[in-house]
Amino acid sequence: MTKNKTQPKKDIKKDVDGLSGIETTGHDWDGLKELNNPLPRWWLWVWFVTIIWSIAYFVLYPAWPTIANATKGTLGYTQYKELKESQDEIEMRQAAYLERFEKASFEDVMNDPELYAFASAGGRTAFMDNCATCHGTGATGFEGYPNLQDDAWLWGGSIDDIYTTLKHGIRWDEDYDTRVSMMPAFGKDGILTRDEIKSVVHYVMSLSDKSIHADVAGETIFMENCAACHADDGKGLTDMGAPDLSDAIWLYGGDEHKLYETVYYARAGVMPAWQHRLDENTLRQISVYVHQLGGGE
Amino acid sequence: MKLLEKHEVLEKNSILLLIGIIVVVLIGGIIEIIPLFRKETVIEPVEGMRPYTPLELAGYNIYLREGCYNCHSQHIRPLRDEVTRYGHYSLAAESMYDHPFQWGSKRTGPDLSRVGGKYSDEWHVAHLIKPQSVVPESIMPSYSFLMRRAATISDLDKHLKTLRMIGVPYTEDMIANAEKDAVAQATGDRVDTSGFVSRYGEKVNARDFDGQQHTVTEMDALVAYLQVLGTMVDFKSAKNIHMVEE
Repeated sequence: MTKNKTQPKKDIKKDVDGLSGIETTGHDWDGLKELNNPLPRWWLWVWFVTIIWSIAYFVLYPAWPTIANATKGTLGYTQYKELKESQDEIEMRQAAYLERFEKASFEDVMNDPELYAFASAGGRTAFMDNCATCHGTGATGFEGYPNLQDDAWLWGGSIDDIYTTLKHGIRWDEDYDTRVSMMPAFGKDGILTRDEIKSVVHYVMSLSDKSIHADVAGETIFMENCAACHADDGKGLTDMGAPDLSDAIWLYGGDEHKLYETVYYARAGVMPAWQHRLDENTLRQISVYVHQLGGGE
Repeated sequence: MKLLEKHEVLEKNSILLLIGIIVVVLIGGIIEIIPLFRKETVIEPVEGMRPYTPLELAGYNIYLREGCYNCHSQHIRPLRDEVTRYGHYSLAAESMYDHPFQWGSKRTGPDLSRVGGKYSDEWHVAHLIKPQSVVPESIMPSYSFLMRRAATISDLDKHLKTLRMIGVPYTEDMIANAEKDAVAQATGDRVDTSGFVSRYGEKVNARDFDGQQHTVTEMDALVAYLQVLGTMVDFKSAKNIHMVEE
């Protein structure tokens, strides 16, 4: 038996492994014994530190549930507060620009390169989060969702028009000031016969494709039924959200089949009103961004 | 060392050991679980929350069936970038009628807790039929079959009844009219929706969501559900939202 630092009590026999000289646990499983090595010191110390750490945590942070609530901690930490602080921080960094941006008219923004850069950058970020889903990350649109890079505008491409569209949406029922116009479903509602629709579709195609020669019947039908919104020359009216039919830019496709479908069933695209979701500054920044994309008037 | 020596008694007597383990686990359990029974400390009530309409509930069930939660979370954390992108952080009360809740833990796609009203119905339909038609970079699979499948609405009253058992405040009136309300919501102004609106409130969406009249498809149900997500609480006017104290 080798001497051990911790002397065994008189009624417990210490069993020491002869080969390694280390005390065993004293348990014997068919001759197999387990060495009772002490825990590594570094490990033990880490453990003690975590205990001290947790006590500090209990005091400083919300930790223990009580019957009605929970302990608050002396630091008064909450996630809401942390969020507010981080938002305040970014607002402070933006404040210098935001203050000027808030007071500036769109015209002022256009004439101030610094503000313009600020608004375009902020608008771009908000566009990617909110608008790109329909209009595409490059703002080139999809079938039914207008391309914002070109100079064809349904409801006007001035920065104020863009702002109004953004704020109130298009055919967005929840917003009383939303932009509304209703193209009649000429075929479905029995206003025009199938042949008349074919004829007017031909005429509409001839407006942008000079190789197509439309007959007079188509032109008459157009003047009687379509010109009120799309104008006599087919160039459309932004007040009515009626697209230009002579520019070879098609929102729903410009082949004969698609145009027939459009006249037969009518189209009524919907855009949400964003004033309920985005704040005024963001709306205005997106307006600036969309306007500078290439097609702004 | 006296006490440590007594430990041998526990180690050699399995019943005693079992009782000891149960006592230790119970202490932890009591501290963690008991406060949750006082629900008002956990879920702060918020103005505007209502149970899902029968059609929205059918949509919620499809959301579960298709495993949307595998790629989409419904939980905006109170972090600056999340709040900037998705809107106000989620409140516990906003998912109190979800059984089970759809917080999720994986965002392959974006968070959906406030997707309601963000896009048009037409967009949702086009996107669910072929996500790449509107978001070319998307890896979301197609759910075009939702357009062709009729939504199961005949058993919605049973769903409402079951949910009421676990605390969702559906009234007798709501349960009795579940199927009718589902049809009314998916039809909109072409039928009388006054009963439906009186049961679920003015803010409720009632229209033909999928653009296919005369049928209530699973697309109707899912889009109705998506369009209400995160829209019940009006954050501008609600006063009892827990804000930063002091």
